[in-house]
Amino acid sequence: MSAMEAKPRVSARHAQLGLSDRDVLEMYYYIALARALDERMWVLQRAGKAMFVISGPGHEGCQVAAMWPMDKAQDWFVPFYRSIAACLVKGMTPTDILLGLFARAADPSSGGRQMPGHYGHPRVKILSTSSPVGTQYPHAVGIAYAARVRRTGEVTMVAIGDGGTSQGDVHEAMNWAGLYRLPVIFVVENNAYAISVPLHKQVAGGSIAARAAGYGFPGVVADGSDVLECYRVARDAYERAKRGEGPMLLEFQVPRLGSHSSDDQQERYRTKDEIEADRARDPLRVFGAYLESVGLLTDTVRQEIAARVRREIDQATEAAERAPLPEPASAARYVFFEGR
Amino acid sequence: MAERRYIDAINLAHHEEFARDDRVVVLGEDVGRKGGVFGATAGLLEKYGEERVIDAPLAESSIAGVAIGMAANGLLPIAEFQFADFIHPAFNQIVSEAARMRYRSNNAFGCPVVFRTPYGGSHGTALYHSQSIEAFYAHVPGIKVVAPATPYDAKGLLKSAVRDPDPVLFLEHKRMYRIVKGEVPDDDYTVPIGPAAVRREGKDLSVFAYGWMLHEALQAAETLAGEGIDAEVVDVRTLAPLDTTTILHSVAKTNRALIVYEDNRFCGYGAEIAALIAEEAFYDLDAPVIRLGGPDVPGIPFSKPLEEWFFIDRHKIADAIRRLAAL
Repeated sequence: MSAMEAKPRVSARHAQLGLSDRDVLEMYYYIALARALDERMWVLQRAGKAMFVISGPGHEGCQVAAMWPMDKAQDWFVPFYRSIAACLVKGMTPTDILLGLFARAADPSSGGRQMPGHYGHPRVKILSTSSPVGTQYPHAVGIAYAARVRRTGEVTMVAIGDGGTSQGDVHEAMNWAGLYRLPVIFVVENNAYAISVPLHKQVAGGSIAARAAGYGFPGVVADGSDVLECYRVARDAYERAKRGEGPMLLEFQVPRLGSHSSDDQQERYRTKDEIEADRARDPLRVFGAYLESVGLLTDTVRQEIAARVRREIDQATEAAERAPLPEPASAARYVFFEGR
Repeated sequence: MAERRYIDAINLAHHEEFARDDRVVVLGEDVGRKGGVFGATAGLLEKYGEERVIDAPLAESSIAGVAIGMAANGLLPIAEFQFADFIHPAFNQIVSEAARMRYRSNNAFGCPVVFRTPYGGSHGTALYHSQSIEAFYAHVPGIKVVAPATPYDAKGLLKSAVRDPDPVLFLEHKRMYRIVKGEVPDDDYTVPIGPAAVRREGKDLSVFAYGWMLHEALQAAETLAGEGIDAEVVDVRTLAPLDTTTILHSVAKTNRALIVYEDNRFCGYGAEIAALIAEEAFYDLDAPVIRLGGPDVPGIPFSKPLEEWFFIDRHKIADAIRRLAAL
């Protein structure tokens, strides 16, 4: 991709943050890839080829930005069910994601045992997750504690939605991390809804980020549509963790571009105006406009990226759909360790 | 070989496993400077420091959840809960997360955590410090549940639990801590998780028990021996996985079965052993299987006469044995 080779423009916002033109175009690619994958999953569900979809349109920008400073091989990520873009940046492939959607034997998250959206991948250090929200926050703290004991230098990032912050586990985890100043980054992707329950009925005190002060570490809010601002705060959190100064809470306020899941219709509880207002904040559009404004996302480059994304998703769909289902009797396996 | 108290055997197992493998850590309320409310972790902080001996915030769900994360990243945590009654806030972490981690990830991630807790009634500990919780957890595939009754087993089974690649709920009936003594070698030995142990051979009937109930059952058996009833007493020891072979073998030999457990009788752990015998050994039976479980009230009351009413002791067990022998 010729434009990706261009030299950074020092006056541009991304250059001031130390991001090359190649970086930001690659970030845009991941956002576009996650969005297209998301859309493909819904098409497959509506076509009756997949049972269930839970995805995160609108969340991609902050996820790509937050994952960007992390060491993809060394650091840990503990996801939630909207973490598609973050998992892609961390090293899962579109095929990995779709193998989970189709519940195939080769699904790296669970071998088709869990519903789609329950990501996990040992090779790229993404911890397996369950369905009750918030439970993964203490796990991230434990991973970070082990990293300290074992002197590995690993940083752990864990993500959740705004509704999940009501859980006691989330409070308990942040209390632990603050007490022990652990290298963990708490991410909250606030799309202002916990299924149908709006933020004002879920979060007392008006701010999620402000809660961090009570745990003895900083909490910041960033506009989840502003990819570069999300990157800036995530990089600060990462550097802070690396320096041994402890955790940070990042609240990304993101637009909610889709329903909670394929079993939900947000039109029933949200107004048309509100949904439209969110569309204007679509990070794909906002970040694309920025890249256009600095001359990076020309029509040619846009088409190149779109073609690359389409090709990868078509190939992934074909490969995942063709992959064999699990053997029925394999459902009895791995209740316990079966030997090395 | 030294004679040791049950609690000292638990403490010794900790010290030996800490020395053997620097991945072993302990976390829980008061486990550090105080050495645990019963002294199970005494001396560890001084020897191994705060990084491996962690006085956790008073929040049981996070004690379990943080231990799960530690295990995912290469440590071998022992999570202590002060009383079994306080483990319930961690139920979801233990059942939905620890027990299902290997299965849900198709073997990608295991969860080698030991969840240790005192359980059961002793004098004056009442509701909220006396519960028997084994049935909740033994019900769930993916977690092992052990309840050793002797100091020898306590050390050997705890060491097995620490080395086990899967989660283990380790239950210590707290009445045993200072009362029950026995020979505990200084060697590095383990007792395998799984097999039950026949503690008293007999030919007239079989009594199945674990934890403190084993000791009460053994006393009752001695009393009955004087009356001409020869009871076999089996220490179930590992509740999940259950040693069905030893149980069925004993029933085939004696043709009568009594199951003693302190938990509430209804849907308690004894129901599983009773069902096993009914399904697999029906034609060996000369009498119906009898369960002697705790009364179905929400807890052990505090006042002495109320507490005595609840407790299952050697006298109640002896009565049940007489009843079974007469059937």
